[in-house]
Amino acid sequence: MKYLVTAWVVLLIALHQDFWNWPDRSLVGGLIPIGLFYHACYAVAASLTMLLLVKTMWPKHLDEDEAKEAAAAAKNKGAGK
Amino acid sequence: MIPAIVVFIYLAIVLYIGVFAFRKGKNSSEDYFVASRSLGQWVFLLSLFGTNMTAFAILGSSGLTYSRGIGVFGLMASASAIVIPLTIFFIGTRLWSLGKKFGHMTQVSYFRDRWGSSSLGTLIFLVTAVMLVPYIIIGVMGGGEVMESISVVTGADGKAVLVEVMRNGKAVQEHQHWIPYELGGALVALVVMSYVFFGGMRGTAWVNTFQTVLFLGMGAVAVIILSHNIGGFDVVMERIANNKTLAPLLARDRIPQAEFFSYMFIPLSAIMFPHIAIMCFTAEKVSHFKKTVIFYPLCIAAIWLPCVYLGLISADLLPGLKPGETNDVIPDLLTKYTSVWMAGILGAGIMACVMASDSQIMALTTMFTQDIFAHYGGQKRFGDKVQIWTGRIFIVVICLVAYLIAVALKKQEGIFELAIRFAFSGFAALAPVMLGAMFWKRSTALGAWLAVIWVVIAMIGVWWLHNYSEPLIKTLKPGVPYVPIFADLGELFLRGRGGVTIYGFLPVMPMVLIGAVLMVVGSLISRPPPQAIIDKYFPPKNANTGAVTP
Repeated sequence: MKYLVTAWVVLLIALHQDFWNWPDRSLVGGLIPIGLFYHACYAVAASLTMLLLVKTMWPKHLDEDEAKEAAAAAKNKGAGK
Repeated sequence: MIPAIVVFIYLAIVLYIGVFAFRKGKNSSEDYFVASRSLGQWVFLLSLFGTNMTAFAILGSSGLTYSRGIGVFGLMASASAIVIPLTIFFIGTRLWSLGKKFGHMTQVSYFRDRWGSSSLGTLIFLVTAVMLVPYIIIGVMGGGEVMESISVVTGADGKAVLVEVMRNGKAVQEHQHWIPYELGGALVALVVMSYVFFGGMRGTAWVNTFQTVLFLGMGAVAVIILSHNIGGFDVVMERIANNKTLAPLLARDRIPQAEFFSYMFIPLSAIMFPHIAIMCFTAEKVSHFKKTVIFYPLCIAAIWLPCVYLGLISADLLPGLKPGETNDVIPDLLTKYTSVWMAGILGAGIMACVMASDSQIMALTTMFTQDIFAHYGGQKRFGDKVQIWTGRIFIVVICLVAYLIAVALKKQEGIFELAIRFAFSGFAALAPVMLGAMFWKRSTALGAWLAVIWVVIAMIGVWWLHNYSEPLIKTLKPGVPYVPIFADLGELFLRGRGGVTIYGFLPVMPMVLIGAVLMVVGSLISRPPPQAIIDKYFPPKNANTGAVTP
């Protein structure tokens, strides 16, 4: 899964270079130029990608470190009473 | 006068936030400089995002769109929407963890310990400080100008009153203001200084959060009102599409592909910006980073999409602006097409961007007190309270110096805007140093030294090239984006309206790549770091990773 997500991140970075939209002046819904619409969607895709990264590649050892520190702090607090 | 009143109310609110943060403070250096590492997840997200939301970025993007078209969103926003969250995800979380474990409050203190080199830390401090100062000066300058622009004196006929003033030995007619530039700049500097002075990192983070919410909220309201008052965006878009001169703005005809590609390197600067790296130390829990990286791209789109869009429609609604005037298109648009109250609220919104320099002041202060004062024995000798007061005195001095420079160099923002553009490249080119420290056990102080010195030399070189090739801009013909700087070197160094490029790519790209090569080569030719350091920063996965005393 990690390899798939990594490949998707690399692809997403490459998709930033939308050379096919370069000279295109058409408007989406008569309101927004296609190049701007594409990059607005790109930002949404970036957000969803970050969600995917959090779900699949989150550095879990940092959570474990935090839990250990919290447990140690609670223990010290208890011993101090 | 109404806009000025709205801005004064805004200034009073941010001042109160600073005082409120002061009351919540614990009078320890960790509390003052990194808010006791206790920021909640929404404050963490919005303040981290707010530190990036500077006047330079916001107003600059709409001004640039006016002249270069919608590709500016791809350059400044969507590139950041993917690169910045990735750097926060992979580097910010680890920085947070190392800060918690080993007591680091700045990246310099981490680098010093990671490579066992005090002098390397001092060099990085100096380079970083030099690149940060222009932000602070331009913040004061922007404050003075906003206050001046919203306090124009009008006569009985409703027209602006003109007065004669001397500029560069010539008498010129200018608007009369209730609040002159010098007083406006002083007011803004005083307010920023006060809430940073009292509130420290907590005050700065709370004010940034308030500013981000205000700007997001007001931006949405302004766009809706504007759309109604101009008769609909679709009508304007149709006019632009049918206008031969403006139609190229709907595509990327005016942005070369090589420039667009190399702009992708600029957001690497984010994690080397001290105000962002230090902010990473302030989160209460590592899990706060999760929402931050997910929502960061959406915040970027929510801020930059309206700015770029308004920059685009300004080309039709406010035709004929010269390059130096385009940064004011959003204020001009709202003043012309909305009510005086809206202009006032917008003035507050712009002030929020201008005052983003509070994060830079706080970061510079934290670095000075941690990386210089405490590192060279000040904290051990004089104690924690003196360290906090040293920081406070430093805040007063830096604000005073920034104000004096802003007054002395009135109307010469161009120098500092240029310096900020170079600073983006400089911070981005320092990213290999952070990557080496964080992910490569074999990296050494020599590699980092070479990479940092390269950044200094490259920045001086590009600055010199920029000034040297300035006269060439006049020789640019329509449809020709670049001209060679040295005919004998072909297209190696080119000069366009945007600046110097290297084979058409922005200098940031070779700066980052060569910096990375030097980091690797310097590390490989020097002795590997001691095993104790490797064990400390790269512990085996099954080892006890509990807290270690700094």
